[in-house]
Order: sequence, then C-alpha cells, then structure tokens
Amino acid sequence: MAAGPAPPPGRPRAQMPHLRKMERVVVSMQDPDQGVKMRSQRLLVTVIPHAVTGGDVVQWLTQKFCISEEEARHLGAVLVQHGYIYPLRDPRSLVLRPDETPYRFQECYDRLHTKINHAWDLVLMQAREQLRAAKQRRKGDRLVIACQEQTYWLVNRPPPGAPSVLEQSPGRGSCAASRVHMRGDFYKQEIEYCRRALGRTRVKSSVCLEAYLSFCGQRGPHDPLVSGCLPSNPWISDDDAYWVMNAPTVVAPTKLRVERWGFSFRELLEDPVGRAHFMDFLGKEFSGENLSFWEACEELRYGAQAQVPTLVDAVYQQFLAPGAARWVNIDSRTMERTLEGLRQPHRYVLDDAQLHIYMLMKKDSYPRFLKSDMYKGLLAEAGIPLETKKRVFPFSRRPRHSSPSPALLPTPVEPTAAGGPGGGDGVA
Amino acid sequence: MATEALHENETLASLKSEAESLKGKLEEERAKLHDVELHQVAERVEALGQFVMKTRRTLKGHGNKVLCMDWCKDKRRIVSSSQDGKVIVWDSFTTNKEHAVTMPCTWVMACANAPSGCAIACGGLDNKCSVYPLTFDKNENMAAKKKSVAMHTNYLSACSFTNSDMQILTASGDGTCALWDVESGQLLQSFHGHGADVLCLDLAPSETGNTFVSGGCDKKAMVWDMRSGQCVQAFETHESDINSVRYYPSGDAFASGSDDATCRLYDLRADREVAIYSKESIIFGASSVDFSLSGRLLFAGYNDYTINVWDVLKGSRVSILFGHENRVSTLRVSPDGTAFCSGSWDHTLRVWA
Repeated sequence: MAAGPAPPPGRPRAQMPHLRKMERVVVSMQDPDQGVKMRSQRLLVTVIPHAVTGGDVVQWLTQKFCISEEEARHLGAVLVQHGYIYPLRDPRSLVLRPDETPYRFQECYDRLHTKINHAWDLVLMQAREQLRAAKQRRKGDRLVIACQEQTYWLVNRPPPGAPSVLEQSPGRGSCAASRVHMRGDFYKQEIEYCRRALGRTRVKSSVCLEAYLSFCGQRGPHDPLVSGCLPSNPWISDDDAYWVMNAPTVVAPTKLRVERWGFSFRELLEDPVGRAHFMDFLGKEFSGENLSFWEACEELRYGAQAQVPTLVDAVYQQFLAPGAARWVNIDSRTMERTLEGLRQPHRYVLDDAQLHIYMLMKKDSYPRFLKSDMYKGLLAEAGIPLETKKRVFPFSRRPRHSSPSPALLPTPVEPTAAGGPGGGDGVA
Repeated sequence: MATEALHENETLASLKSEAESLKGKLEEERAKLHDVELHQVAERVEALGQFVMKTRRTLKGHGNKVLCMDWCKDKRRIVSSSQDGKVIVWDSFTTNKEHAVTMPCTWVMACANAPSGCAIACGGLDNKCSVYPLTFDKNENMAAKKKSVAMHTNYLSACSFTNSDMQILTASGDGTCALWDVESGQLLQSFHGHGADVLCLDLAPSETGNTFVSGGCDKKAMVWDMRSGQCVQAFETHESDINSVRYYPSGDAFASGSDDATCRLYDLRADREVAIYSKESIIFGASSVDFSLSGRLLFAGYNDYTINVWDVLKGSRVSILFGHENRVSTLRVSPDGTAFCSGSWDHTLRVWA
C-alpha cells in the first residue's frame, strides 16, 4: 500500500525513499498481530471503529524501534505531519498527542489521490471562473445568468411535490427484448412472413377508401358525438332517459336501433333485441336450430378451457349426430371434416361448421328477414324520442340517478347447447 | 470455434439482408394498388360543423397518475388504475366510487372490464394479470378472491377480455402477447414477433372474431390470428414507439398513436397505411386513440396534456381540448358513443361530451 502525500511536480513518488520507508513503518503498525492496538474510539457521541490512540502509537514506536519516548513522539509527529495517520479530533492541526486522542490510518494515498485530487482542480477552476465572470459582467448579464441557472434547476430538480416534466414511464427498454430477438429465428420469421404477405391478394385503395365514406355516412346519424342523440345526451343533460330507452332488453326499441339491424348481420346479432326477433323469424321458417348452433359454438370458443370436452360433446349430440334433435344442415365435406376433428376435441374444432352456418344465415335468412313483414312492422312501430326541452334555469342541475351495477344483477339465462327451441332471449 | 462463430455471423448477416430485400419487395407490391389518397376521396364529404366538447364529469380520487381505464358495457361505469397501485370502479355518471382494490405493485398500467360487468382485470409492474370478481358484500375482501391469470417475464402493458369473462388477452414488456384461460390460468396461445416491448392491443370487431392488433416499441403494428398464433399482417411506418392501437368500427382498418406525434390509419384489405394525422404544432407523442361510433372522429390524447379531435376522412384536426394538467395517458369512447373518457397523470379522469 503506497500511502503518502502527493509529491510536488517534477519528482515522482518512487524516487522519495523516505516516503517508502514511512510507508513500511505504517504498514507494520497496522499488522493485526504485531501492530498497534486498534479499538473503537468514542468521539463525543459517535463511535469510530478501527481507531488508535496517540498514546498507543507512541508506545508501539518505542517498543518496536527500541527508542526513547521522546524520539518516539517525534517520529509519530512526523508520520502525522505527512498524513499517514490522521487525527479524529481537530483535524486541522496535524499533531500527535500522546494521550487518548483518537487517530486513524490514512487510506492508500493513490486511491485517495484519484478520488479527491481532481476535486481540488475543479474547485479552483470554478472559483477562478466565478471571479472572472463577476468582475466582467454587467448587472444585467448577471441577472440573466442567475435566472437561467434557476430555471435549469427548476426543470431538472423540481421541488418536492411539483410535477417533473422530464418524468418517464418505467422501463421502456427495447434493449432486453431486441437483444434476444435479433438472431436467426427472428429474421427467419420475418422472411417467412414477407413471403406469405407477397402472395396475398390486396384490394385497390380506391375501393377501400370508398368503403369508409359509405360506412361513416351510414353511421353518422347514429353517432351521438357527431349528430347528437335523442332525447338528449345523458352526459350533457344529466338525464339518463337515453339509456333507459336503449337498454339491452327493451320492449320498444327506437327507430334508429331497428334501422341498425339492417346495416349488417353482425349488428343484428350483437343486439339482444334484434337477435331475439331474428330467432322468432327463423322459428317461423323452421331454421331456428341454425342460430342456436351458432350460439353454442360461440360459447365453446370463448368458454373455459375445462369445459371444452363437455361442450363439444353437447353440441355434437344436439346438432350434429345422425338423428339429432336439432340437426343442422351442413354440406357433406364440412361435416366430414368436422366429425374427423371431433375425435380430438379442442375449442376451435367446430369453426368450419360454425362459419358455414353463419354464412348460410347471413346470405339467405338475413336478407329475407329484412324484407319480411315482421321487420317492416318493427321499423314502422319504432318511435323517435322527442328532444328533451332545454332547461329554463340552466344552472339548476338535474339529480343524477344511480343505476344498479351489473355485478349486482343476476346473470341472465344463457341459451345453452341443450337449451329449448327458439324464442329464448339470446343474451350472451 | 472461431470459424463456427464466423459462419453464424455470415448466416445472420445474409438472413438480415434477405429479410430487408423481401420487405422492400413487399412495399413495392403494396404501392402498386395505391391509386388514390383518402383526403382526395373525402373531398366530396360534407365538412363537420363546429365542435363544442366539454368536460362533463371529473373523477377525482386517485392519489397518483392515472395510467389506464376501461368502460363497462352498461355505458356509465368505468374501471381505472393508477401508479400508486389502486384500481377503482366508478359510476362515472354520478361520480360515485363503487369498488377499490389495492394491488401489491405500483404502476398498474393495464385494466379491463369483463363483458358481464362482474369482474375486472389489472396488472403492471408485477408482470401479472389478475382478475378480481366484483362484490358488494361488505364482509368480503375483494383482494381475497383475486385470481392470478397471466404470467409474463416483464411488465404488463395491456389486457383485454375476449367475448366472454373466461379468456384474457395480454400484452407485455417482454415482447409477447398471450391468450389465457381465466379459470385455470392456462396459456392458450402466445404471440411472438415483436422485437421489443408490446405496449397496446385491440381485439377486432369482425364477424368471425379471430384477430387482434398489437403495437410496440419496435415501431411495428402487427395483426395476429388468435387461433394459430401467427402474424397475418404487419405495418412498420411509424418513427417511434406505438403507444395505442384501435380498430375502426367496421373492422377493416385500425388507427395507431405514437411517440412520433402522429396518428396513422392502416387499411387491412389494402394492406397499407392510408392516412397520417399530424400537425407541425403537435410535437409530443400521442398516448392513446379511439374512434367515435361511426368512425368519423378520432380522439387522441397526447403527452402535452391536450386531446386532439381528428376528422378521420378529411385528415384535418377538428378541435383541440384543454383541461388536463399533465399528460393524457389513456382515452376510450363509451360503448354507446355518447362520450369519451380520458385519464391523466394529473390524477384525474374526465368524461367529455
């Protein structure tokens, strides 16, 4: 360990033998067996471990070098002056007191030098800069600089409680994942994807974009934020009449709602009231089992994993087995493939059959439903709510009614695969 | 050993260049059918009138940044999650708080309502997605009935129930998405392909209900087949992290919001980006986007505390909404389109109409 003060420039440390010698002495002083007794010293209230007393140092030197106490005190003082031992009390005066005064051995000076020395240069540099700048600048500039600095600190170190504009979400590291992925597998996957994508059919932009225009045009009047809604928007009027009139299961759906059933087959099925009427219609045509089959397949696809074998079996028994009570008419190829797949049932095993029946309903039953007297009647019956009159005193707030949480309501009866014939409420 | 490593490097390099050249060819193919721009087609559409949208409700109660929210199918209740680990269920019409759960982790970045309205899912820095059944029984502790469903190896960024209470789709900072069976916690399907954290996802409103889109820190938006786990389409035109993706109501397109301060519209049939929603004065990233019911309006929340309303067809900015006092982190239109709700780092949620 090379302790010792930094030599003045021009004389490298290695050429100062007295320092090396002093170092050797200090090293032996710290020997665990033969060295100076180390103990925890008390400094006011603080307890400092690994400290020695001045008196112990002098005694050790006396014994080790077989010298007089006076000489030992002198040698010890030299060690302290050069900083190899530093006092814990009154560190400004590097003096060895041969009593209970606590001291400690200096850390390796090289390490210390690296740690601390440059700070001196920095301190000097800062002080010189500040002095120069202060002398040169006019008051106006000084003010500007002070404000500049203050702003910098406000942005980079906002006071506690104030939001920091520099704050970020935690860990958006793309590093970890990408390091793993930028390997052969990742590129192989990309290549495979590109090859597949190159082969796909695309639609001309003009066709796709026209589709948006017609979609937005058709739905515009049904969009409360674009066209408003009748009787009023509950958030604006504080009146929940709009929600009451448009509840999921309501006896008299509004005109807009019945119109929406004509927009797409999906729209009709997603509305519980629409679906129920469609089920009635199918019942009249003796094809209600199609919709029931579709519903059962949905239940399978989105059901719990543990239920899969049971549900598949139930659907098979009800709809697909020869002589089944509600047999559905699927083309022979799809039926063959489905039956084959049923040997190892999984949640997607009925996808082909379900799609076939869905398309059948969509292309055949649905258009006829829209042309039917039943639908036309519903459309004619459906009313348009009157707009709520604007309040005379706009500042008086209507009481906002609370509504029961869905978590409180009993679960509605779901049409199961083993459910009865059509006419169920069809709520999913 | 050295020769093996060299061989591997060469293979890697050649794979990379092959991938790059194929991507180039793909772009050429996509460009061939691009015969018109959206704003050109939209010239004959009537311009929207003046928009007056205001904050109609302010929900105060979170003690720290609001990170995520989701509507309930009853059109008025919402669930929101925050940095301090709290997840709250509100009746936002009356502004009453109905349930509150404290998660064992901070930064709950994802939360979702179950289709039945009887449960919520949430997760974040705990790398998990947990499901809590909602109960009004005062004697029951909601945290006691908690079910841990998803397990990722990094933070959970997004979660969503599929068509039922029994399946959850998750996105994570570990670069993957996954489909889980809620009851058993079983992993049903995982989706690999993103090169970095996945930040968002949205389920397609299609008839056959089989796909979803995800966006990530690798600037890619990817469309996945839920059944096979394969990526069916990918789009890479953003210049920074994609924070939010949302399907256009018809299911034929989706919008994305990114840290590059733009929102973009990607058409799935044309297989390309068809619109960019940006302005020179908008510098901060878009954190979340959603469409109005007809798809005519796109609402986007930004990191500069504002919400911009875009005309999807014409590509112009219709309105800018001020009110939040810190970045907008989440934004969703209500299920019946009567309002939208925004959550912010200023600890509040606002419902606008």
